[in-house]
Amino acid sequence: MKLLTHNMLTSHVKGITKGYPLLIKATEVKVSEVEFNPEFVSRMIPKLEWAALVQAAEGLGHLNDLPVELVPDFEKNEDFLRRVHRVLLEVEVVEGCLRCPESGREFPISRGIPNMLLNEDEV
Amino acid sequence: MKLKELESCLQQVDVFEDPKILLEQYPTSPHIAAHMLYTIHNTFDDIENKLVADLGCGCGVLSIGSAVLNAGLCVGFDIDQDALEVFKKNKEEFELTNIDMVQSDVCSLELASNTKRYDTVIMNPPFGTKHNKGMDMQFLKTALNMAQSSVYSLHKTSTREHVQKKANDWKVKMEVIAELRYDLPASYKFHKKKSVDIEVDFIRFCVT
Repeated sequence: MKLLTHNMLTSHVKGITKGYPLLIKATEVKVSEVEFNPEFVSRMIPKLEWAALVQAAEGLGHLNDLPVELVPDFEKNEDFLRRVHRVLLEVEVVEGCLRCPESGREFPISRGIPNMLLNEDEV
Repeated sequence: MKLKELESCLQQVDVFEDPKILLEQYPTSPHIAAHMLYTIHNTFDDIENKLVADLGCGCGVLSIGSAVLNAGLCVGFDIDQDALEVFKKNKEEFELTNIDMVQSDVCSLELASNTKRYDTVIMNPPFGTKHNKGMDMQFLKTALNMAQSSVYSLHKTSTREHVQKKANDWKVKMEVIAELRYDLPASYKFHKKKSVDIEVDFIRFCVT
């Protein structure tokens, strides 16, 4: 699971109102090279929940010097875009779990795939 | 990339070993997948550099095709672990890095609080005919919630009026891009004929 995917992911346990951001508890993380695409990264940045991204990256030990506040004029800042690219697309959680911030429900991540399925009584 | 190249590329995608009736699992043929993706890419420019979601992705033929056409990232969602295992193998064999997967029930995603964050949603939903009536509309509702600009989907031509009514209710524009013959191979034992042709609409829903 890439951190871009994580940034878009919410828990749907019955009765909760937000379920976001999911806390990552990782036991295995890998970093693999992905071709840098500045246009895509620039387009994604405004869609992100920036604080959730910073929190996730920091939790995995891959903050990569991302600032707490988004920098202005990021489109022209290649160094910054490269760092965001790395965090969004190259860092992957292979094993671990995601914890719903409201209900505490944990969703396992196995072989890179988070399992967000709920039991019948949780829907 | 030419249409023919895309189609022959998608012929390398492995499909369900053991399709599940309850989940209405039958693969999108490479021919149909290639035509869908080619149109989405060339006519509407909704794949390249986009964040794409593939709902009910199964073994991932539409995701793989989107990734090949340079989606920024394509995320496949499916309820079935076995299908995702095949998808994962496909992804590895194609050596694609712009693909991710989430195991989830697409029908429960519609409650998502942070919506409209994917650019494009593509899907070949269960037609919702056998044991899961209305499933296609649930998929569509989720897709419209997730997409910022467009949703591309397949629906039985016989249900077009119903789909149009729902689209009106949800205030989205819909356009039938093509009428296809979906050659449904006899994937399940209860199918008596070798294959059945059903008429299917390839529809674009415009969210904005």
